[in-house]
Amino acid sequence: MLAYITKRLLSLIPVLAVVSIAIFLIIHLTPGNPAAAILGMEASQEDIERLNEELGLNRPIVEQYTSWIANVLRGDLGDSIFMHQPVSEAIAEHMLPTLSLAILAQIIAVVLAIPFGIIAAYKRGSLADYSLTGLSLLGMALPSFLLGLFLMLFVGVKLQWLPVAGYAPLSSGFWEHLKYLILPGISLGTIQAALITRMTRSSMLEVLNLNFIKTARSKGLHEMKVLFKYAFRSAFLPILTVIGQTFGTLVTGAVVVESIFNIPGLGQLILNSIARRDFAVIQGVVLVVTLMYVTINLLVDLLYGAVDPRVRLDRKK
Amino acid sequence: MATIQNKEQIAEVSKKLKKEQRTLAFRRIRSNYGLLIGASVLAILIILAVFGPMLSPYDPYEMKVVERLSEPGGAHVLGTDEFGRDLMTRLLYGARVSLGVGLAVALISSSLGLIIGVYAAYYRTLDHILMRICDGLIAIPGILLAIALMAALGASALNVIIALTIVFTPNIARVVRSSALVVREQTFIEAMQAQGASATRIIWLHIVPNTLSPLLVQATFVFAEAIISEAALSFLGAGIPAPEPSWGNILQASKLVIFKAWWMVVFPGAAVVLSVLSLNLLGDGLRDLLDPRVKQKQSK
Repeated sequence: MLAYITKRLLSLIPVLAVVSIAIFLIIHLTPGNPAAAILGMEASQEDIERLNEELGLNRPIVEQYTSWIANVLRGDLGDSIFMHQPVSEAIAEHMLPTLSLAILAQIIAVVLAIPFGIIAAYKRGSLADYSLTGLSLLGMALPSFLLGLFLMLFVGVKLQWLPVAGYAPLSSGFWEHLKYLILPGISLGTIQAALITRMTRSSMLEVLNLNFIKTARSKGLHEMKVLFKYAFRSAFLPILTVIGQTFGTLVTGAVVVESIFNIPGLGQLILNSIARRDFAVIQGVVLVVTLMYVTINLLVDLLYGAVDPRVRLDRKK
Repeated sequence: MATIQNKEQIAEVSKKLKKEQRTLAFRRIRSNYGLLIGASVLAILIILAVFGPMLSPYDPYEMKVVERLSEPGGAHVLGTDEFGRDLMTRLLYGARVSLGVGLAVALISSSLGLIIGVYAAYYRTLDHILMRICDGLIAIPGILLAIALMAALGASALNVIIALTIVFTPNIARVVRSSALVVREQTFIEAMQAQGASATRIIWLHIVPNTLSPLLVQATFVFAEAIISEAALSFLGAGIPAPEPSWGNILQASKLVIFKAWWMVVFPGAAVVLSVLSLNLLGDGLRDLLDPRVKQKQSK
């Protein structure tokens, strides 16, 4: 197991190196001089030179990268030119709403998807199966920001059950906090629910055909017991992987959904920075979210390896 | 004499076989409802995008303040937007932009991914370098990478295509590489090398054709993903800039008038869902058709 962990950790190094280089290089894709782009049309030549000096943009590119990455490794993501505060501080301030939303979406997805998937597999070929499979197909074709808009229109504007947009921090009470997150949570969770439903269905189907299920049934066990105690437990591992992998996607997806519902999370932070060309913030957010994404996937892999020893052997190849 | 007869017989048998194969393929296509529905809906959408704008009596850019936010029905079948422009006309022009960007991204990233994938599969050293780069780019969440790229490049249709191509190429390269590796390990490739066939010949005449079916399936999904991504980017204000209509930026405008104009949310939204759904059906159908093993496995 230790060898497996070490191997997985080592394999991350080149990935993270490439990630950091790519994120670093983004600012240099700007046509013309980045400093001029940041300052806008009315900037004087002197201002541009000064900013160039400040950002180190006039040094050779390799030198720029090494000093940038050295700072990043120390946890210093630079300063936001417009907010006059360190990027790491701004990210920390905007992290909580994003995480809250991602977690709620995950809960919604799991609570819906697992029963749906089990029913679809158990009643295979029935109307319930077809409608659930069809729904999950639709769910996967429905981008979360679009579902968000639809929900906002029907539940927020027409029915007025829930607030259309906005955010209340956890400190203003749990229900207040949740009220604003339900619609965004459903918008974000649906696509994951669709994925998990499909995975649950196919994983259950595979298990339900195995001999030990027939044995359990012929012993006269109650169907519920067969389904949950026997079949679901064996089918759970692949489902768990999908859940873990989708959590990474949820954090990213939250960034987009937030902007629809005016939730002050990482998404709003990065979008506000686009118009201002606040590259330090953009690079910082992309880097932090990527790190979270990679870490979550690593944890899922390790967990998987811990639960199922075959995985550790398989991947040695 | 005997040999000529043999040749004729062989020709006849192979003709028959080919015909049988064709009817079999035809039957498989006909029984593949997803593929048929997906392909037909997509074809209708593309025809609408190409010819629709010519049929519309309205100008997509002409603003009429008096008619702003008129409800669907009457002179404006799908209503008008916040500047009094005909929504139907803007959706049809927007279809050109949205489907066009999607198709361009699918085509360019497939071509680049194909080249990267097959060369990586053939040359070991190149493989290490290229795949590390791909792994790194895949690790960055797609929409974030696209947002960051758009921030640097500036909002325009061309830049959306460039940004999304950078996002999707690594995925395609990986798919192509894995199927190319299978071919590369086979004995006939070794035999060709022993005969002195050039690398270019082996790669383009023997490896590439064997990677085309997974590539086609993957390209269909990238087409769908690219439509979603373009809509998301434009919706967030980092994609196609107004006044040029795209489904995404019509949706962006709709958010501001969501209390007054449901039609501005529902119709462009439906256009996105319909095109993505049809592409997903087409992709699934193509996969069943081109790789029957998957289907057998599923229906077990």
